[in-house]
Amino acid sequence: MSRYEWLLFLHLIGAFAAMGSVVVFSVLLIGGDRVAGPQLTFLGRRLWDVGGLLTLVFGIWLAIDDYSIVDGWILAALVLWAVAGGTGVRIGMMFDSGSVERVRPLYAVMTLAVLALLYVMIFKPGA
Amino acid sequence: MSYASVRPDSWNFPLFLHVLGAMVLVALLAAAAVVLTAALRSDDRAAAVRFAFRILLIGAIPSYLVMRVGAEWIASKEHLEDSDASWIGIGYSVADGGLLLLIVMTVLAGLAVRRARRGGEPRSLLRWTTGLTLLLIVAYTVAIWAMASKPA
Repeated sequence: MSRYEWLLFLHLIGAFAAMGSVVVFSVLLIGGDRVAGPQLTFLGRRLWDVGGLLTLVFGIWLAIDDYSIVDGWILAALVLWAVAGGTGVRIGMMFDSGSVERVRPLYAVMTLAVLALLYVMIFKPGA
Repeated sequence: MSYASVRPDSWNFPLFLHVLGAMVLVALLAAAAVVLTAALRSDDRAAAVRFAFRILLIGAIPSYLVMRVGAEWIASKEHLEDSDASWIGIGYSVADGGLLLLIVMTVLAGLAVRRARRGGEPRSLLRWTTGLTLLLIVAYTVAIWAMASKPA
């Protein structure tokens, strides 16, 4: 495997974990908190920790190697990553503290940010 | 310049569907595994087993279909339907084998729900379903590697 393929693989694993975090938070909101709340919260938080770190580190590495870090779509992705990261961490803390009702607005923002990230990564607008 | 940056625009939406379906599918499998494990350790496991069954039936199977339709669509755009490339073979093998496993897991979870509802002990069914779920997550990780590295 070339370096590009390794970086892309690790970046993709991170993206799967980051999207996984959103999906697990969705599962918590539709009733998962009643049957396995602490376990699903742990999974959702760890998925964001791993996914957020891998997408950022290997995404920036890929950008430096194969694109330009100041491309519009890469800057947009960094902003979206920061929004998703900020909301994801807070959502995890809210689930841990049991304040599930206050989670929904932040969850909506995180979901839109992660979906927009995937859109930007695949469509690369302006590239 | 990477291969990804010169992809034709018309390939983007099928690829978006394929990747989104795959991401949701893998995440739901992980969530189902966690709920099944919680059910195994719980004294009152009927609700958790039913929830895991619904994750598989209402969540995982539809997201599999989105992933698979997206895969076929992007393969036809790239004229790869009859390709002998290893990464295409790995993708089809994992997808088709994965569907079989997904159906088996859903049936096992459904049987576990029925047994739990009747006051029976569905432990072995839950263990099998959890094991198959974890196996499928490993298989999809191999598929992600194949899609990223595209071995000839």
